Amino acid sequence: MTQLPQSTDRKMGLVIDLDTCVGCHACVISCKGWNTENYGAPLSDQDAYGSDPSGTFLNRVHSFEVQPEQGHAQLIHFPKSCLHCEDAPCVTVCPTGASYKRVEDGIVLVNESDCIGCGLCAWSCPYGARELDATEGVMKKCTLCVDRIYNENLEEVDRVPSCVRTCPAGARHFGDLGDPNSDVSKLVEERGGMDLMPEQGTKPVNKYLPPRPKDTIEEQIDILAPLLAPVAEEPQGFMGWLDKALDKLPGGNA
Amino acid sequence: MHPAPSVIVFTTLSGLGFGLLMFLGLGFPAVTGWVAFVFFAIAYALAVGGLMASTFHLGHPERAMKAFTQWRSSWLSREGWCAVIALLVMAPYGAGLVFLGETYTALGLIGALFSLLTVFTTSMIYTQLKTIPRWNMKLTPAMFLSFSIAGGALLAGQVNAAMILLAIAALVQLAYWKQGDEAFANSGTDMGTATGLGSRGTVRAFEPPHTGTNYLLREFVHVVGRKHAAKLRVISFVLAFVLPILILLISPHHFGALIAVLSHLAGIATSRWLFFAQAEHVVGLYYGKR
Ligand code: SF4
Ligand code: SF4
Ligand code: SF4
Repeated sequence: MTQLPQSTDRKMGLVIDLDTCVGCHACVISCKGWNTENYGAPLSDQDAYGSDPSGTFLNRVHSFEVQPEQGHAQLIHFPKSCLHCEDAPCVTVCPTGASYKRVEDGIVLVNESDCIGCGLCAWSCPYGARELDATEGVMKKCTLCVDRIYNENLEEVDRVPSCVRTCPAGARHFGDLGDPNSDVSKLVEERGGMDLMPEQGTKPVNKYLPPRPKDTIEEQIDILAPLLAPVAEEPQGFMGWLDKALDKLPGGNA
Repeated sequence: MHPAPSVIVFTTLSGLGFGLLMFLGLGFPAVTGWVAFVFFAIAYALAVGGLMASTFHLGHPERAMKAFTQWRSSWLSREGWCAVIALLVMAPYGAGLVFLGETYTALGLIGALFSLLTVFTTSMIYTQLKTIPRWNMKLTPAMFLSFSIAGGALLAGQVNAAMILLAIAALVQLAYWKQGDEAFANSGTDMGTATGLGSRGTVRAFEPPHTGTNYLLREFVHVVGRKHAAKLRVISFVLAFVLPILILLISPHHFGALIAVLSHLAGIATSRWLFFAQAEHVVGLYYGKR
């Protein structure tokens, strides 16, 4: 059913911290690893070891440089996966009903056995969160690891999306963004979490936490300089004796 | 956007075919017997041929029937319905003209209406996409409809109507190009809003997420060929409108009309190629490209 639900019971999603992401791409690999061997068609690669490799990924990490009016440029790593939008255009354009948004948790999914691979949903997504798999001919997208988060066969600590579980910097958080008291909602509140392309009217559930302001370092050439200055110019005490004694040895005082 | 040949062939041929069906449904030209058969054969060949071509780019054409289920929300689904209804309604209408010499006016009118709706729904598939500002304009359906009606008049041999309708379509084309060239800048979407970092300074794509290409770049970021856009616009405009109008003015007879139709077809196909090749998807911003 590609009509969107009026509202969803919960709004499960990710909060991505642009301040702490180190751009290691671990989430990209773990996402591909988990999702190629679990729910749905595998994520194929073409010419994987050749000169023109490409493949299907549900999560990718861009890197941007921001140059403020004054001061130094800042490098910001930018993971991007489906934002599980409330007003998801990818759902309403789908002619077959393959794309849908779940009422119970707001997750946007593709029923691959109904997908004709027309690609229209990918055209309608502003974020590039959908990729048509070249081998399978069906649309692939982030499932919010729906086969992990409710999976009783996994340890409780593992019942979060693969990317969240993997991130070594703790830059990806998972939770219910529809509940104002959830940890993720509080985090968004505290850090001024933002929407991507709000003008597109998609109302993304996933939020991005902006980078925190950096220390100003304009004053000094090197903030470590004071620490590097010699503490004592003339050695004293035992060290002073040793210094002199060594100097007296043949070959000393080079 | 990647100008997929299947989609260009589909929209060009079926637009023309349904335009002709619309005129036939309205009773222009009022033909029966073998002449009617030829007209209907051409119209069906164009419309159905176009629809068939459109399934070539599907990942799973064998499931195409499922596309009829979501007409409540999806323009693509609605297009499927309109096309099938138009073709089914026009069949008995055409059969009446060809075999019985009877004109079932009501059927013809309904068929004409759904032929027009098919072209409209096709155009709405593109128009609805906010992600592609150059398509997300009222002029997009205006362009598809005016092209289809003018082409239909041309094929239906309605010389006087065709000259006027071609001139109107030409004006719509110019307006579409003019407004389209400003659409991306006016959409309010840029690298700043895409990353949410715009308030902090100038955003530049520093490193892409992958060293090779991917589906997104192949499908949405088609920059090759755009450099010839200005020349192609002139070529398509002359072929689609100027030449056919001149030919109709000078020699509005069979051979002339045929040349006019072929020239129009080539011009519209070129315009349609530009429609795709020049369309920039906002996702390109994440790659620092348009
Ligand atoms: S991010 Fe794209 S694919 Fe995901 S829900 Fe939003 S529009 Fe759909
Ligand atoms: S590619 Fe599949 S999921 Fe996407 S719009 Fe087409 S049928 Fe629906
Ligand atoms: S939630 Fe799962 S599918 Fe989505 S990006 Fe993370 S690992 Fe990939």
